[in-house]
Amino acid sequence: MARPPVEKANKRKYMLEKLSGRVFLFCALLSVISLLLIIGFVFFKGINPFVAEGYSFINFLFGDDWVPSEDQFGIFPMIVASIYATIGALIIGVPIGLFTAIFLAEIAPKKVAKIISPAVQLLAGIPSVLYGVFGLAVIVPFLQNNLGLAKGQSLIAVILVLAIMMLPTVVTVSETAIRAVPKSYREGSLALGVSHIGTIFRVVVPAAKSGILTAVVLGMGRAIGETMAVILVAGNSLIVPTSLTDSVRPLTTNIALEMGYAAGVHQEMLFATGIVLFSFILILNFVLAKISAKGGN
Amino acid sequence: MRSFKDNVLRGLLWLAALLTIAILVTIVGYIFYKGIGLISFDFIFGDYSPTGGGGIWPMIVTTIYTIVISLVIATPIGILAAVYLQEYAKQGRLVRMIRFATESLTGIPSIIYGLFGAVFFVTTLKLGMSIIAASLTLTIIILPVIIRTTEESLKTVPRSYREGSLALGNTKLQTLYKVILPSAMPGILAGIILSIGRIVGESAAIFLTAGTVAALPESIFSSARTLTVHSYLVTQEAGDIELAAAIGIVLIVIILILNLLATLLSKILNKADY
Amino acid sequence: MVMTTLLSKHNKKVKEDLQQMTESNGKTKISVRDLNLFYGEKQALYSLSLDIQEKEVTALIGPSGCGKSTFLRTLNRMNDLIDGVNITGDITIDNENIYQSTDVIKLRTKVGMVFQKANLFPMSIYDNVAYGPRGQGIKSKKELDKIVEESLRGAAIWDEVKDRLKTSALGLSGGQQQRICIARAIAMKPEIILMDEPTSALDPISTLKVEELIADMKKDYTIVIVTHNMQQAARVSDKTAFFLNGEVVEFDTTDKIFSVPKDQRTEDYITGRFG
Repeated sequence: MARPPVEKANKRKYMLEKLSGRVFLFCALLSVISLLLIIGFVFFKGINPFVAEGYSFINFLFGDDWVPSEDQFGIFPMIVASIYATIGALIIGVPIGLFTAIFLAEIAPKKVAKIISPAVQLLAGIPSVLYGVFGLAVIVPFLQNNLGLAKGQSLIAVILVLAIMMLPTVVTVSETAIRAVPKSYREGSLALGVSHIGTIFRVVVPAAKSGILTAVVLGMGRAIGETMAVILVAGNSLIVPTSLTDSVRPLTTNIALEMGYAAGVHQEMLFATGIVLFSFILILNFVLAKISAKGGN
Repeated sequence: MRSFKDNVLRGLLWLAALLTIAILVTIVGYIFYKGIGLISFDFIFGDYSPTGGGGIWPMIVTTIYTIVISLVIATPIGILAAVYLQEYAKQGRLVRMIRFATESLTGIPSIIYGLFGAVFFVTTLKLGMSIIAASLTLTIIILPVIIRTTEESLKTVPRSYREGSLALGNTKLQTLYKVILPSAMPGILAGIILSIGRIVGESAAIFLTAGTVAALPESIFSSARTLTVHSYLVTQEAGDIELAAAIGIVLIVIILILNLLATLLSKILNKADY
Repeated sequence: MVMTTLLSKHNKKVKEDLQQMTESNGKTKISVRDLNLFYGEKQALYSLSLDIQEKEVTALIGPSGCGKSTFLRTLNRMNDLIDGVNITGDITIDNENIYQSTDVIKLRTKVGMVFQKANLFPMSIYDNVAYGPRGQGIKSKKELDKIVEESLRGAAIWDEVKDRLKTSALGLSGGQQQRICIARAIAMKPEIILMDEPTSALDPISTLKVEELIADMKKDYTIVIVTHNMQQAARVSDKTAFFLNGEVVEFDTTDKIFSVPKDQRTEDYITGRFG
């Protein structure tokens, strides 16, 4: 029987095996390299004005005025706008999204849920710009006419657009988490004479807590990072908002609006804005990870 | 008393669900209502004209360019990275580090990717505002998606396949391309389709790296605008809601088709999972 | 009725094969000396030493978790796949220490394996059987055809599948699938075949067929079989090793183990007092 000379053929195989293992490792390391490059370049550019050119980081964070032509770079209004917009969107979007998810997973007839759930999932994939287009075309004029505003582009418009935009994400992720709760939990509670609704809120939702928190984190990530849809409805004024009807400029929109023509220190300050945004996301993720770890115990 | 509370909660659940559905139906309905009048053969396949009335063919071409280029780069890298994590790596600090990096990449907002692309690909690598700079930026954006979906689908390949193949004197590499990857293919394809959706929907990162030139790109080194960026720009600059909505219809249809494909593939995957 | 006739026929055939077997040359094929195996900190095998004779069937019996499967998997180094496994001691096959050699492919070509549950690939019957030879670089269709036919005949399933070689192997019954697995192992022309509870997922009739096949195969191969079915061990094997808590309590000819066991624990086990 002609079997090729084993040892020699195997030597090549072992070499290939080793080589392929290294190639695969390299591919896996590329995501680490990418992350380091991103952090490195953005931070390097963004820190430069404070390290090399004597700008005060405190003034940058807490300054009220952003006038690049006069060398003034304060992003406090934008930080406030980003925080307000994100929290506002969470306050509206999370309860509606969570309740919708509970409805789909626990109350809706199977046939209904089977049509609606995929439709909601589909909407999670729609480009966010389209939510901005809808906001500008429908929500902004509506606010303008009904609240008697001079300009409908405002913090509340941003909040509404972001809340709508995060809905599909919050619904889809929470629904998956709720559906994953073992049947025995429900049966145990129902057998103790607790009503269906009582069971949902006292047993099922707490059991799905960590998945629901993930949904909130993802929704929040979408809200705080969203740029183009927000530009269309924010108004982009550089003031610290004092009411829901003020025109605002969140951090993301500042970068997108001025990156096209900014140069020198101005451009570096946009990278610094990016660092602040980046830090926000890291802190929020960290806090929520802590909360969910605590909840897990 | 309890049943009153139950009824209130039940009512709120119904209300929330109806509200969600109403909002989402309104948005999609509005976009179709506003945009459908513009949809025609000439609109899809016609050249853009800055004075209005032109088509969106250049943006479709640009979108296709970005999809193809970023997939060509990200797919092999992503699949092999997932193979490393699932099939080769010993669990330890290195793997934790790679996973942490992958997860972190998922959480970075696209405007930050845009900043990075602008300083790295556009300026440092001197690619200029171009399709290639945008595609490379998109490559990093979709890499975690491909890695994660491939890993998930590798996990569904039964251990017995690996043992069977190795016990027959095959190497890991042979086992990988003869048994494991073919079995995992539907899941991997679903991941690629998800990535296409992500690319099509991306705006901020492309806006900062590909620029906004509204013409048929001459090469991948030309500045150009994708469908999504175009939809943003016509709204922002000209307030042309109808045009933006018409582009929106095209985008929604693309996403719909991609979703159907992904569902189909996951059905195949489930069937193969005996 | 059918069962009993089959059974008596089966027993007769096994006996005949056994008689043939007693004339085996008695050469040591696998030699195990002072083998210890650890999963991380936990020790799973304790100082095993035994010799497995060429062209015999050696059965490994014992209660679940006694280490018999773990031991079986040290013989073709399948434990290498598990992180944190540590092995001390020596296993030599044909006087070559398999843990000193780095050529695992060569080892696994020489030592085939059949698993507890049929683990055919989602491919045609033909491709499954040709899988091993192809991995060894055999490409000629003529040669592959020959190997596939020989192997399927060797596993006594050729007649059942010869007309559907190109159809999916996963459409076959469990017993047929397991015999294809055996054919797949034979196709590598191994010298030793390891079987890890090969009939535990099969119905009685399929089990009998596989047992007949094993009895038939020992004229060509050295077979080591793990089983928790003691009747099966008694029916098919020449030697039996009784494992308990990672140790070999007793290793002797199957006749002696089942008729005059030396150790009380062996007796307790085979008489069904535990396990």
